[in-house]
Amino acid sequence: MSGHVSLQYSSPPVQKSIKDAEPRWVRYLLITIAVGFLGLFLVLPLAAIFIKAFDKGSAVFFAAISSPDALSAIKLTAIVALITVPLNAVFGVAAAWAVTKFHFKGKSLLITIIDLPFAISPVIAGLVFVLLFSTHGLFGQWLLDHNIKIIFAVPGIVIATLLITLPFVARELIPLMQTQGTSDEEASMTLGASGWKTFFLVTLPNIKWGLLYGIILCSARAIGEFGAVSVVSGHIRGMTNTMPLHIEILYNEYQFSAAFAVASLMSMFAIITLIVKNVIEWKAKKSMIPEEGVS
Amino acid sequence: MARFQTLKLKKTGILPGFGLSLGFTMFYISILVILPLSTIFINSATAPLSKIWQTISEPRVVASYQLSIGASFLAAGINVVFGVLIAWVLVRYKFPGGKIIDGLVDLPFALPTAIAGIALTTLYTENGWIGQFLSFKVAFTPLGITMALTFIGLPFVVRTVQPVLQNVDKEIEEASASLGANPMQTFVKVIFPELLPAALTGFALAFARALGEYGSVVFIAGNMPMRTEITPLMIMTKLEQYDYAGATAIAAVMLIFSFIMLLVINLLQWWTNRKFI
Amino acid sequence: MSIQIRDISKSFGNFQALKNITIDIQTGELVALLGPSGSGKTSLLRIIAGLEAADQGAILFGEEDMTYISTKERKVGFVFQHYALFRHMTVFDNIAYGLKVRPRKNRPTKQEIEEKVYELLNLVKLEAFAKRYPSQLSGGQRQRVALARALAVEPKVLLLDEPFGALDAKVRKDLRRWLRKLHHDYQITSIFVTHDQEEALDVADRIVVMNEGKIEQIGTPEEVYEHPNSPFVYHFLGDVNLFKGRLHQGKLKDGSFEVDAPEFAGTINKEAVGYVRPHDITIERVSSPDAIMAMVSYIHLVGAVVQLELIRADTGSFLEAEVTKDYFRSLHLKTGEEVYVKPKQLKVFIPEDYSI
Repeated sequence: MSGHVSLQYSSPPVQKSIKDAEPRWVRYLLITIAVGFLGLFLVLPLAAIFIKAFDKGSAVFFAAISSPDALSAIKLTAIVALITVPLNAVFGVAAAWAVTKFHFKGKSLLITIIDLPFAISPVIAGLVFVLLFSTHGLFGQWLLDHNIKIIFAVPGIVIATLLITLPFVARELIPLMQTQGTSDEEASMTLGASGWKTFFLVTLPNIKWGLLYGIILCSARAIGEFGAVSVVSGHIRGMTNTMPLHIEILYNEYQFSAAFAVASLMSMFAIITLIVKNVIEWKAKKSMIPEEGVS
Repeated sequence: MARFQTLKLKKTGILPGFGLSLGFTMFYISILVILPLSTIFINSATAPLSKIWQTISEPRVVASYQLSIGASFLAAGINVVFGVLIAWVLVRYKFPGGKIIDGLVDLPFALPTAIAGIALTTLYTENGWIGQFLSFKVAFTPLGITMALTFIGLPFVVRTVQPVLQNVDKEIEEASASLGANPMQTFVKVIFPELLPAALTGFALAFARALGEYGSVVFIAGNMPMRTEITPLMIMTKLEQYDYAGATAIAAVMLIFSFIMLLVINLLQWWTNRKFI
Repeated sequence: MSIQIRDISKSFGNFQALKNITIDIQTGELVALLGPSGSGKTSLLRIIAGLEAADQGAILFGEEDMTYISTKERKVGFVFQHYALFRHMTVFDNIAYGLKVRPRKNRPTKQEIEEKVYELLNLVKLEAFAKRYPSQLSGGQRQRVALARALAVEPKVLLLDEPFGALDAKVRKDLRRWLRKLHHDYQITSIFVTHDQEEALDVADRIVVMNEGKIEQIGTPEEVYEHPNSPFVYHFLGDVNLFKGRLHQGKLKDGSFEVDAPEFAGTINKEAVGYVRPHDITIERVSSPDAIMAMVSYIHLVGAVVQLELIRADTGSFLEAEVTKDYFRSLHLKTGEEVYVKPKQLKVFIPEDYSI
């Protein structure tokens, strides 16, 4: 549900013949309202983050992002992303391959299940793992016996993030590969290529932009996840705090500038995500066969 | 042997990797999605019914339902109105900065929810950039929650309506003009009906997302019992009190609601794709 | 309502779609704009409708200058190639649309609208389909609804953009006949765009042959078919045989073939081409002074005529002839046989006069 932005949006405006369009003032009014709304809801918060980050000067800023707790939070966030994103990318490709290149019963059910993590509250996503792996949970006793900590430790954070970000790559690839169909792969097979060769030489190049885009979205969500991680992490400073959790702690302790300083780092990543998204869309459009014009 | 292989071929085509890809997929979602989510229902099933009912009907919890549903509905409603307007402006008008604004619409997808939360709170507190000019309180009230949920849901309507608007056939607008309709009549009678399914789908998506939203809301909400507590927060609270059964019960209610919403959304998307093709 | 198109020009970026087009259309005429893709015919139609603006020139309906009037005010009936029906409205609502969007004071009552819509449904023979949706209709039915919708507002001018282009051949023929009848009954000034010369010849009172943004020829179907004024018009309006040779002092010489071309009496030794329609080639078994010997290479029976492919004995080039079935039978022709061919009517054009 969230996050599925297909690679077809953000196109240039439709050409309209000058004569019959709505009057000028209507246009200006609509544009003003749109820009005003977006300015209020998008630009202002974004600006606030960066301005508040430097509220107390750049010395405080740099101190905040280089404090030991901040550094370990950054490190943890990076580790989580580096584990979950590749795993979910592989999953996304496998699931999309199964769903789009074959016919079988229960396909829609499978797609719905893949969509589920989108549909549930992040808090619930964290809760389920607490129910499974905490000391009172289903596997609690077994874990205790083997001295494995999942909840309130790093593995728990990884698993919860894995669940939350599971659909991203799959949801990008499934419609894309559905549109592309199976003819390219079938052609490759008839020419004697093996399954793996076909995948790497034919399929992968076809889906490269969609895959990259899905990975970008997946990463953004993986590093930014808050609700689910909040439930499973135990909030132990220096050990089980990701960047968002660290920001929460700073904020709740009224260290606003420090909080915004770390937040601004993450916001930079968000902006880069947006830029990369637009670049990918532009590139994807360029590589599509242009439609024939009507004379 | 050959017969068996032909049979298999008929079922799934000549491409290889079916077993591998489907097997891996099923394995993955079983351990990550199906198993974990089913614990919610299994646990609820094993708890006594009276305890479940007691938890989910506590006044505080009920108040959270009202708040979550109410604020999410309102936020999604705001997003439908402004989302269609923004989609219109982005698709049909050229103006300086238009492309940048178009790219910015995805910000709520890309920005971590906690950061959105603290940024919005800062703006709307009484001393905040916006809050200082307002005679009424926004932060720590249901209004503040609604603002945060509007932020979260903003891209859904815009991105669902944009492609539909782009594909509106220029000719039917021209036909409408040639028959004597003015631009307003053309919009209301000819263009908007085409957008309606997409707009509703966007509404449902925004609504469903808002219901479960946590990170961007908890900061601006203030979390005052009976007044500004959202349902996901209630689950958190129960967990902090080690009332696992209570947390699970509330989670079950939310999940059922989510599944219904998922069903509604799928129906809407099916309707969008088939209406009068 | 007469239409005057005065000196219209239009460019799209670097591409010039129309160059100084001037046409006078009489009230009640059915005019065809005929030409290949890119000839500018659709652009011209859209400019007349007000859907595009010309770079220069004027459009007048009767005495009124329409050049700066919007489509909405021009009160033209426009029928699109792909129908442009409102797919979420029933057939009834589609046809009623133009009447329903009128400003309150001009709007007919519900009763009047209903009567008018059913009158039109009757006209297009779709009474039973009033409550259906466009997706439930065939292509031909949709086009009839589009036509009814355009006529509902009682326009003084009817404009059709390749109205039958998206339909099957049989349906096209039926609708053509039907359009002619409609025009006969209603006498609305109508302009339609087509690239199908058969359609233009069949339906129109006058044809405007266009090519690359310019008018090649305006005339009745007979005029443009029998007396084309340029190689382009000749080619576009039907099949043609070419006799490529040299023109000298009123005689065209091509291989062993020589023919008189008195209008070029003063021409000295120029390259020229003689144009002959297949049905203007006579075939005989006996030789005659200015006939050419040729071998029958292919016989093709098409309905009521016989098309023959022949190879000239002197140059080896191909000729196409068309004779009636009766005549063919009387000759008892077989492939491989030798015959003598002679053009009945030949038009000579000098290529350099027509090159760009």
